[in-house]
Amino acid sequence: MSSVAKKEEYNYDIVKFCVIVGIMMGVLGTFIGTWIASELAFPFLNFDIAEISFGRLRPVHTNVVIFGFGGFLLYGGGLYMVQHATHARVRFEKVAWAAVILWLIGCLCVVATLPFGMTQAKEYHEAEWWIDIILALSWVCMTISFLGTIAARKMSHIYVGLWFFMTMLFMVTYIFVFNGLCIPVDFTFSYSAYAGIHDAMTQWWWGHNAVGFFLTAGFIGIMYYFVPKHANRPIYSYRLSVLHFWSLTFLYVWVGAHHLHYTAIPDWTLSLGAGMSVALIFPSWGGMINGMMTMSGAWDKIRTDPVMRFMVVALAFYGMSTFEGPLMGTKSVNALSHYTDWTVGHVHSGALGWNAMIAIGAMYHMITRMWNTEMWSAKLVNTHFWVHLTGAIFYITAMWGSGVLQGLMWRAFDEYGNLVYTFADSVAAMHPFYALRATGGFLVFCGFCIMLFNTLKTVSAVKAGTNVTLTAEARA
Amino acid sequence: MSEYKKEGGMIRGIPHDTIESSLPILAVFVAILVAVGGIVEIIPAYHLEDSEPNVEGVRPYTPLELEGYAIYRREGCFLCHSQMIRPFRDEKERFGHFSLAIESGFDHNYQWGSKRTGPDLARLGGKYTDAWHIQHLRHPRSVVPESVMPNYFFLEERKLDTSLTKRRMEVLAMMNVPYSADDIANWEADLKAQAGVDDGDGEDDLRARYERKTWEHDGKVIQWTDSFEPTELNVRAFDGDASDITEMDALVAYLQMLGTSVHFEEGVDYYHDKFGQPYRE
Ligand code: HEM
Ligand code: HEM
Repeated sequence: MSSVAKKEEYNYDIVKFCVIVGIMMGVLGTFIGTWIASELAFPFLNFDIAEISFGRLRPVHTNVVIFGFGGFLLYGGGLYMVQHATHARVRFEKVAWAAVILWLIGCLCVVATLPFGMTQAKEYHEAEWWIDIILALSWVCMTISFLGTIAARKMSHIYVGLWFFMTMLFMVTYIFVFNGLCIPVDFTFSYSAYAGIHDAMTQWWWGHNAVGFFLTAGFIGIMYYFVPKHANRPIYSYRLSVLHFWSLTFLYVWVGAHHLHYTAIPDWTLSLGAGMSVALIFPSWGGMINGMMTMSGAWDKIRTDPVMRFMVVALAFYGMSTFEGPLMGTKSVNALSHYTDWTVGHVHSGALGWNAMIAIGAMYHMITRMWNTEMWSAKLVNTHFWVHLTGAIFYITAMWGSGVLQGLMWRAFDEYGNLVYTFADSVAAMHPFYALRATGGFLVFCGFCIMLFNTLKTVSAVKAGTNVTLTAEARA
Repeated sequence: MSEYKKEGGMIRGIPHDTIESSLPILAVFVAILVAVGGIVEIIPAYHLEDSEPNVEGVRPYTPLELEGYAIYRREGCFLCHSQMIRPFRDEKERFGHFSLAIESGFDHNYQWGSKRTGPDLARLGGKYTDAWHIQHLRHPRSVVPESVMPNYFFLEERKLDTSLTKRRMEVLAMMNVPYSADDIANWEADLKAQAGVDDGDGEDDLRARYERKTWEHDGKVIQWTDSFEPTELNVRAFDGDASDITEMDALVAYLQMLGTSVHFEEGVDYYHDKFGQPYRE
């Protein structure tokens, strides 16, 4: 590698901050996730306290994991990647810090307001209008600093990971602003600028592309840097990355409609959404294959290196959830899966399998590189991997079971043409699955606690000078 | 970083080398490409509006129902209950006629939901008594033992905060909701009248306002035919106590009107628009 700027000249402080906060957000978000999962299994856990009742706490969970945990990984990983892939120190450092601090303030405001019922009632866009403004400002600062750093690159080509990240920065700006348009009544309440079918279409244009760009394009960008780097192999196919970049960029935008199958949305829109959803498997698998094949020649690493294992299993889950997604995007499957726990299972095979695992892998990678140290305990990283994976599998299989069962129970007719089950029957049937899901969630939460512990230990070992520094090979 | 192979820089005749060496070119391509799908799918629906079936009866919420809607949103009910019935046999049996676009036409924002941890509520209005609702909201498991819903007993202990009601109506009137100046000016009288705390004094005025057949907004007039009888308003002390207005009054008023506005008729085709194009398959 022909390094132009010295590694010491990169700004790691900002990345370190993001990574530590990100891990804490992971702990908090999975704790709340486990809590709400337990509320569904054992409703007494609502404790008759309005602020922690399921309906008010669920958006806190989704916001903390997506924007807190996911967001800080993207900010930290993005700023790390852009410096390494351009050989330039981050540009407009004050602006970058402003981005990070504003994002933190925004996330804390979300956590502080949602339990009191201040919500725009749009999934993943619950924060009230004034918090939206804080988050949007942060995003603009991040975009400026990121593009500024690319402009200062020390080579002619822009690395593929950065393309994906840039796509995310642009698209999330569009969808966040347009979906957030509203007229405030006061600081606690606002009405969406759209109503009925238009609101629904705009919401899922946002909703799916929050998934498609925030949780996919951004994370794919992260993948494109950290997988080859950690495996110490070149990306498998340049041509493939170009093809799947442009097709993913173009296609994702169309598929929001599959969240609205058989609703009052005009049929042609839904059919278009369904068709595009099926097509989306190609760009998605393009990315998955490119990441996986990068491992060729380095497969032995997954036996010895738990961080590599996190990344590879993340790619496998990505492949699985992007196979499941197009399936659920077709009308006939969606007729069964929509409104059921199957959707929730799909969400978490993406979230726990893909997003969390690639994020965790990237975070471990950055921690060791930035502090130039081995982790305090390699054993605990390995434990984290197995605990997380077991938890995720519990969660996902429980939700497949409950989702399909729910869907089948709702549509079951007896030979006289009467419904076989009441709705309450289907609720009762969910109980064991909900308990299993909560158990899985608890494991994932434990994994994050282990990670936080291990990280803090590592950092204090570095401070005390008792750590083991990285080998030159790992540092390269 | 030269960690990827370059294959001459041309991909199917496209000089990708140039694109990826120039930040402005790459940025502009990306910025345009990501916008296309959204524009194509979202904008046309605004212009197809008059192809919706000519269904009568959907009116804006009364001030009390509007407060109920705000509580529904505040508590996050939509995270467990959908308000969108799909055109399937089992959903018809369980919840009623499938939902039409116009039925949520005044909902800023829509409350369709995406998950049924509990049943659909799009046609809840009139299905149960007020007493059932109160008991169910207080303690869901006392009426549905299997339920996993939280207890909302505090609703009947809290007096309804009406400090925002007028402003809510004004904001909605700025958008497509046909509240007249008269509706907004009389918000408080209407609110009290519907909750039955004014000994019936304002009931006639309230009914005159919200059972009317002409709704005007921004010069656009919605006029229902003479033969159409709008659904009667529910006017009573919803929480069983006519001495004050609680959050329970507002929420139950909202729940009791859900899905009751449209009178579905035999033989009318709700599947196709006036050009004969199917809305649904
Ligand atoms: C090819 C890729 C994908 C396709 C076509 C796809 C398709 C779908 C479909 C059809 C639904 C169900 C909508 C419904 O019935 O309500 C859904 C829900 C969801 N998917 Fe995916 N999916 C894909 C990948 C992913 C990935 C990688 C994630 C990462 C986390 C993800 C996250 C979600 C979320 C959060 C929802 C739930 C939305 C809600 O109802 O709140 N999806 N997806
Ligand atoms: C300890 C781990 C976790 C547990 C126990 C958990 C639990 C839950 C529960 C119980 C729900 C509500 C489902 C329902 O309404 O039926 C939920 C929703 C959701 N969670 Fe998690 N979660 C966890 C981790 C995560 C992570 C790491 C992410 C994202 C990166 C995530 C993203 C989401 C999303 C997007 C939804 C909304 C799903 C939808 O609308 O269909 N969760 N989670």
